[in-house]
Amino acid sequence: MIPEPAIDRLSAMFRSPDVSGTRYEIVSVLGRGGMGVVYLARDTALDREVALKIFDRSPGEANEARLIARLEHPGIVPVHDFGELPDGRLFYAMKLVRGDRLDRWMAAGRDISERLGVFLRVCETVAFAHAHGVIHRDLKPENVMVGEFGEVLVLDWGIAAELSIADCGLKSGDPIVGTPDYMAPEQARGDAVIDHRADVFALGAVLAGIAGGVAPIVAIARKAQSPDAAARYQSVPALAADVNRYLAGRAVEAHRERLLDRVARVGRRYRLPILLVLTYVVVRVLLLWLFRV
Amino acid sequence: MAAFPLTRHSIVAAIRSEQPEVRRSAFDTLVTAYWKPVFKYVRLKWHQSPDDAADLTQGFFLRAFEKDFFAGFDPSRSRFRTYLRTCLDGHVSNARKADARLKRGGGVTLVPIDVDEAERELRLQAINAIDDFDAYFHREWLRGLFAVAAARLRDACAARGRADRFTVFEQYDLAGDDAGRPTYADLARRLGLSTIDVTNELAAARREFRRFVLEALREQCATDEEFDAESRALGSG
Repeated sequence: MIPEPAIDRLSAMFRSPDVSGTRYEIVSVLGRGGMGVVYLARDTALDREVALKIFDRSPGEANEARLIARLEHPGIVPVHDFGELPDGRLFYAMKLVRGDRLDRWMAAGRDISERLGVFLRVCETVAFAHAHGVIHRDLKPENVMVGEFGEVLVLDWGIAAELSIADCGLKSGDPIVGTPDYMAPEQARGDAVIDHRADVFALGAVLAGIAGGVAPIVAIARKAQSPDAAARYQSVPALAADVNRYLAGRAVEAHRERLLDRVARVGRRYRLPILLVLTYVVVRVLLLWLFRV
Repeated sequence: MAAFPLTRHSIVAAIRSEQPEVRRSAFDTLVTAYWKPVFKYVRLKWHQSPDDAADLTQGFFLRAFEKDFFAGFDPSRSRFRTYLRTCLDGHVSNARKADARLKRGGGVTLVPIDVDEAERELRLQAINAIDDFDAYFHREWLRGLFAVAAARLRDACAARGRADRFTVFEQYDLAGDDAGRPTYADLARRLGLSTIDVTNELAAARREFRRFVLEALREQCATDEEFDAESRALGSG
């Protein structure tokens, strides 16, 4: 008789897709992303672990693999291989990155500068994609991985789209895709034309979760999430520049400071010179008092 | 019992064949797949003794063959397994009312029921914890399906002189508790293989096993739609 644990084990085998005829063996499920499931798999030819994304039963999803393969950047997981399973579904194998999703990584209690450092790395990657004519369309903390060695990767380009050269937007009739909390209004409405500023909106929503009540960062996030795309930062580098201004102790474009706030910020920014000048003045006064005749 | 040739054709469809020998062969294959789940189901759900359960199982298949009641199966309305179980409940209910051993098929042997084997299996199962007999029937059917596929895998490996392949699969994937399961290194030592060989043999055995399971499942489904639904449901255990 086939024992109970074996029935569970063999049933699990059928929960995994049939990868016979490929060089991969499924080990476990890593997660579900846009248009498919990502598995931890073993590459039997090279005897190493990889992440294997297998698309749902929807033809024509080869774009994602080709698109990522074209975007060679340290913030985008490299694609190793691409192929078709016996049941006709497409898959691609990519480097396995171990680490935490941004939302879980932040839950470990990181300070604001550390969180903003990661955010800026995300901005660099997204800006790189935009420069190559690709918009992500589903940016959210769950799609950002902070690796064991500090690497920051933007994942799940499953619904990414290429900006058309003619109108810099999507074609009319494309389905509405994305995650509601992070979706720009024009994307949620299914407008015929959306552009890279939809990603600016999503980055603003990510930043809002990072801000932790810091007023200038909250203001930057709010500006990035303006319902009107024309009122947002017009590019990801512009958004990143404002975050960098905050980190450098300078005034940010999105935030009008009160006088006291400005004094406090300048105080923080020039803490060392101010301390030196104050020390000099105190010592000078002390010496004058001691040697008064 | 005649062996039904390994085929992708549906035995459920073949049961309705005009040719008696095709019908009989398909019926034999069906009985092989279902006698044990039917016997155990009758024992547990209907609280029958081993002998009475064997008679009722025998009577059920005999009546199904003689009266051709699987021919009434409509694949658009239910799964074959559900239809069979509904017929079984009706049969047992009627036989209990009639309370006549002969009406249960006593004295006629159509199905080679191994009561001892089935009883041994029942003793290994936590039968007191069963509260959903539909799920139990499905689980026993699944156990039978996997057993048929494992037997086909064993035969195929033996025929090709790849007995090690089945041994690796049997000792690793068909093992009981995980605690007593050998590691790849254990298997490599036992069989005089390298660990890489064990990995490759296991992967190949799993591929073949999957194919045999789907083949056996295809035989038991009446339509492509039912097969698609059943193959998707396989993973649910």
